Amino acid sequence: MMQIALTFAIGCFTLGLLMNLWRIVKAPGVGDRVLALDTMVINAIALLVLYGIAIGDAVYFEVSLIIAMVGFISTVAYARALLRGNIIE
Amino acid sequence: MMALWQEALVSFFLVVAGIFGLVGSYGLIKLPTPMTRLHAPTKATTLGIGGALIASMLANLFTTGVVSFHELMITLFLFLTAPITAHFIAKVHLHLNEPRDSLPPTGTETPWAGAPAQPEDPAD
Repeated sequence: MMQIALTFAIGCFTLGLLMNLWRIVKAPGVGDRVLALDTMVINAIALLVLYGIAIGDAVYFEVSLIIAMVGFISTVAYARALLRGNIIE
Repeated sequence: MMALWQEALVSFFLVVAGIFGLVGSYGLIKLPTPMTRLHAPTKATTLGIGGALIASMLANLFTTGVVSFHELMITLFLFLTAPITAHFIAKVHLHLNEPRDSLPPTGTETPWAGAPAQPEDPAD
């Protein structure tokens, strides 16, 4: 039962990742691209966590924590670059 | 080996996580305006990954008997940073797309920060 639920969740997040890719390719504005990239990071973390459940190994949590931090900083950097023209003033 | 109710609990959180994640990413494509599109990933997807992390925590607890706090740290970090990201992206949208006249009055002396067509401060 858990295997089926795990496969379902992995399928959902993979589909979400593909939707985000589509959004990045066909976005109406640059803000939507930044939002889609941020969502891609979150979906990638979810996939890593689900993979960690599937193989029963806790190594991937450190990886996902670091990816979460890098994703947040990159989103803020993109937003600042769009707002002010440069990142560190 | 997990008991049936333990597997059912983990499966429940996994299914909820998958549905919320999918709804968040689909809303990003489907919703009509930039401000409504902001809602889908910042709320639904964050809730989805929260469910996945709870499922991971429970699965780890049921198989090894050890409570792991890594997932709680990731959840805390994501739930703290999601509103900040949303705020920044909303700010970018206001800055790039909204004309200044369409914004409601701020109710204070200070105008909207970062709105376009603002006179450039020479001291900046």
